[in-house]
Amino acid sequence: MDVRVVDVRKEFDRFPALHNVSLDINSGELIALLGPSGSGKTTLLRLIAGLETPTQGAVFFGEEDASQKTVQERNVGFVFQHYALFRHMTVLDNVGFGLKVRPSSNRPEKGEIRRRALELLDFVQLGGLEKRYPTQLSGGQRQRVALARAMAIEPRVLLLDEPFGALDAQVRKELRRWLREIHDKTGYTTVFVTHDQDEALELADRVVVMSQGRIEQIGTPDEVYDRPNSPFVYGFIGESSSLPVRMENGAVWSADRNIGLSAGDMPDGEATLFFRPHDVELLESSAGGCIVGTVVASRRAGGTRRVELEIGGGSDRIEIEVPAEHPAADKSSIAFKPRHWKLFPVQG
Amino acid sequence: MAPNPVKVRRRAGQPPRHSAVTESPGARLGLMAIAFAFLALFLLLPLVSVFVEAFRKGAGEYIASLVEPDALAAIRLTLTVAAIAVPLNLVFGVAAAWAIAKFEFKGKAFLTTLIDLPFSISPVISGLVFVLLFGAQSVLGSWLRSHGVEILFAVPGIVLATIFVTFPFVARELIPLMQEQGTGDEEAALSLGANGWQTFWYVTLPNIKWGLLYGTLLCNARAMGEFGAVSVVSGHIRGLTNTMPLHVEILYNEYNFVAAFAVASLLALLALVTLVLKSLLEMRYSAELAAS
Amino acid sequence: MTSIPVSSRAGWQMKKPSIIPGFGLTLGFSLAYLALIILIPLSALILRTTSLGWSGFWAVATDLRTIRALETSFGTSFVAALINVVFGVIVAWVLVRYRFPGRRFVDAIVDLPFALPTAVAGIALTALYAPNGWIGSLLAPLGVRIAFTKLGIIVALVFIGLPFVVRTVQPIMEEISREIEEAAATLGASRFQTIWRVLLPGLQPAILTGFALAFARAVGEYGSVIFIAGNTPYQTEIAPLLIVIRLEEYDYAGATAVATIMLIIAFMMLFIINLIQAWSRRRYGYGA
Repeated sequence: MDVRVVDVRKEFDRFPALHNVSLDINSGELIALLGPSGSGKTTLLRLIAGLETPTQGAVFFGEEDASQKTVQERNVGFVFQHYALFRHMTVLDNVGFGLKVRPSSNRPEKGEIRRRALELLDFVQLGGLEKRYPTQLSGGQRQRVALARAMAIEPRVLLLDEPFGALDAQVRKELRRWLREIHDKTGYTTVFVTHDQDEALELADRVVVMSQGRIEQIGTPDEVYDRPNSPFVYGFIGESSSLPVRMENGAVWSADRNIGLSAGDMPDGEATLFFRPHDVELLESSAGGCIVGTVVASRRAGGTRRVELEIGGGSDRIEIEVPAEHPAADKSSIAFKPRHWKLFPVQG
Repeated sequence: MAPNPVKVRRRAGQPPRHSAVTESPGARLGLMAIAFAFLALFLLLPLVSVFVEAFRKGAGEYIASLVEPDALAAIRLTLTVAAIAVPLNLVFGVAAAWAIAKFEFKGKAFLTTLIDLPFSISPVISGLVFVLLFGAQSVLGSWLRSHGVEILFAVPGIVLATIFVTFPFVARELIPLMQEQGTGDEEAALSLGANGWQTFWYVTLPNIKWGLLYGTLLCNARAMGEFGAVSVVSGHIRGLTNTMPLHVEILYNEYNFVAAFAVASLLALLALVTLVLKSLLEMRYSAELAAS
Repeated sequence: MTSIPVSSRAGWQMKKPSIIPGFGLTLGFSLAYLALIILIPLSALILRTTSLGWSGFWAVATDLRTIRALETSFGTSFVAALINVVFGVIVAWVLVRYRFPGRRFVDAIVDLPFALPTAVAGIALTALYAPNGWIGSLLAPLGVRIAFTKLGIIVALVFIGLPFVVRTVQPIMEEISREIEEAAATLGASRFQTIWRVLLPGLQPAILTGFALAFARAVGEYGSVIFIAGNTPYQTEIAPLLIVIRLEEYDYAGATAVATIMLIIAFMMLFIINLIQAWSRRRYGYGA
C-alpha cells in the first residue's frame, strides 16, 4: 500500500508543528523519519495513523483519501515507544485484541483468533510466552509483543514511534536487525520515527530528515550521508566539522588564507565550510592552499586520534581525526585539506 | 518528538485529549450531567440545606440559638478538646514519621499498620473501648473514681476518644512524604556540624511544613466534628460534656430544628474552611505534599 | 579486633546503623503514645471479650436482634459501596478527563464528606429526604420513602463513602497513558470497547480498593446514619447503634460481643482485600 502525504500542515493552538509537508511512500518501503526533538516527526507519523487531524492537507492510502477516516477505520498498525501493552491481558490476549474487537460480521472465530495470535507470537520469536502478562516480560520482549499485536490486524501500513527508544543499547541493536528481517519477510509498508541516525541509516530504505516542522532532505542512507543538502543535515547526520569562510572569485578564504578549495560558481560572500573530521588529508607542508591550525587539545578515540585545532589564531575551532600514531603535540601546527566538503552560503 | 500537545491544549482550557481517544460530545455531556447531578443531590444539596434550615426562622433566631449558654459551652468544649488532641497527635505524628521514615528497623511495617488501626475501627467501638477501660464496672475505673478522678462522662474521656479517632491523620500524611524525601538532607546537615535538633528545625521541618499543615488541618476537622466515639463516652451532660456535634443531636432530638441547624451551620462552615484551605494547599504545594 | 563482634552481630540488629540521631527518642515516644492511646484501650475490649466466655459470646452473636443489626449494617454498606463505585468512577472520569469551568470547585466538593461532621450530614440528609423534605416530598407521591427506611441508611452511607472511591480511582486514572487508548483505537476498538475492555479492567484493582474502603467505612458509620435510619429494632437498626443501646442498658457484655463480631468481620474483609491486591500485584505487576 503506498502512502501519500500531501501538503499537510498541523498547528497546535496556532503553533505550527508541521509546515506544509509532502511525502510519497512506496508500497513495501521501509522509511525512517529522522530528526531531533520538536522536528515534527512524531506528529507526522500520528497524522498518517489518524491519531491527529491535519489542520490542512490530506493523507492518501493508495487512491483513497484516508483523511476522511477515523483512526479505527484506517487499519494501521501502530507501535508505541513505551509499548502501550494492555497490562491486565495476557500476551495472547494482547495480540488477539484487534481481531476480538472487530464487528461480528468480520470477526474470526475464537479458535481462529487464538491460532493466528499464536502464529504471530512464533513469528516474533516469543512462542511459549503466550500466557505471561506484560510486566513479566523484558523490554525487548514487550516491544515484540507490541509489533505482533499491530501485525495481527493485517494493517495497510505499519507505523512505529521510536520503537527502540526505551530499550538499552544492546537490545536495541539486536531488535534493529530483527525488525529489518521482519520487514523483508512480511513486506509491510513501514514508517518508523527515530532520533538515532545510526538506526535510521542502518535500517531504512529511505531516510526523511526533518527539522523544525519541515522536511530537510529525503534520500537513501548513502544520499543523505554523502550528499547532505543543508547545513542542518550535514550537522545532524554523521560527524561534521564546520568553519566560517569567505568566497572570493571562486576561491575560498579562511581568515587571510586561501585554503585551496574551489567555490565553483558560487557567488562571493560569507559561507560555512562543512566536512567530515575523518575524511581529511594531512599535508607535510603548510605552504600553499590548505587549512592550518594549532593543536589545542588531543585525545585518543578508538583507532584514531581526535585533535581540536584553532584556526587562524582566532576563535574558530574544529575537530579532525588523525592517525593514532600522530604525535599532535600541544601548540604544534597541523596542515590538512578535506577530501569531501560542501559550502553553504550564510543566509542574510 | 512533537511539542507536547497536551500542555498546549490545557492552557487553552480545552479537553486535554485528542478526538481519537475521547468520547463523543454527547457522551461527554451525558457523563458530566450524571456526575454533576449525583454530586448535587448527595453532597451539595445537604450542605445548602444546613444553612437554609438554620435561617428558617430568620437571623434573629439563628443568632439566639448560638449565644444561648449551652451552645456556647458546647463551642467552648469543642475548641478545648481540639486544642488538646490536635497538638498531641501532631507531636506524635512527627515523632512516628521520624522514626519510621528515617530509620530501618524490625517491625516497621507492623508499626505502620498499628498507626492506621483507628481508621478501620468504628467510632462507636473507639468510644466503647474507653467505657470498658474506665467504666464503673472496671477495676481501673473504680480505682480512679475512689481517688476522685473522673474520666468517663467527663472532659478527659472526650479528649481521649477524640485523640483515638484522630490518631493517624498527621502521621499518615508525614510518613510517605518523609520517606520520599529520604535522609540525604539530614545527613548533609549533620556532616556540616548541626546537632539533631538543629537538623530537625532547619532542615527537616521546612521540608515537611506543608504536609504537616495539611495533616493538622484534616486532624482538626475530624477532632471538632467527631460524633460517634465522643457520644459514647460523654454522657451528654448539657453545658458540661456536650461538644458541638452532640449538642446538635440533642437539639435535633428535642425537635428544636432551627437551633440544631444553627449549631450545625457552624460545623459546616468549619468544613468549608477546611476544604478551601485544603484545596489551596494542594494547588500551591502539591509537589511538596505526599502523593497520598 | 573489637570490630569483629559488632559486624558478626549485624544480622541480629533491631535497627540498621545510621548517623541520624533521635531514633530512641522518637520511637520510644511513638510506642508509648501508641500503647497508651490505642493498644491498652483495645486490649480492654479483647480482655472483656475473653471474660465473656464462649457461651456468653455465642448467646449474643446468635441473638436475632444482633444478627438483624449486622445484616442491616453489612447489607446497606454493600449496596452503598456498589453505588459509590458506579458514580465514583464516573465522577473521577469527569474530573480527570474533562475541562470545564468550576472543575476545581467540583474537585474540592468531593471531599466534603471527609470534612463535614457526620452528625451535620445526618440531620441535613434527614431534612432533605424526610417525607416533608425537599427531595422526600417529591418522592412521597410516588410511594417512595427514603428517610426512616433502609434506603435512608443507604443514602447516608453513599454520602460518606463517595470520596473513598473517587480519591482511590482518580490518581490511577490520571496515570493511564494516552498511548494505551491510542493503541486500542489503532487496533480498531471503538471508544466504548476501549473503555469497557481496556481502561476499566486496568482500573479494577483501584476500584476494588475504593469499594473496600467505602464499605469498611460504611460498616462502622454511626453519626450520619442514626438520624435518617429510623432505628427500628430488627429492621433499620445498624450494629454500631446496637452497641450504643446495649451500653445505655449497662449491658457491657452485649455491647462488647457485638463490637467484637464487627471487628472480626471488618478485619477479615481487610485481609481478603489485601489478598486480592497481592494477587493482582503478583499477576499483573500492579495493585492500587
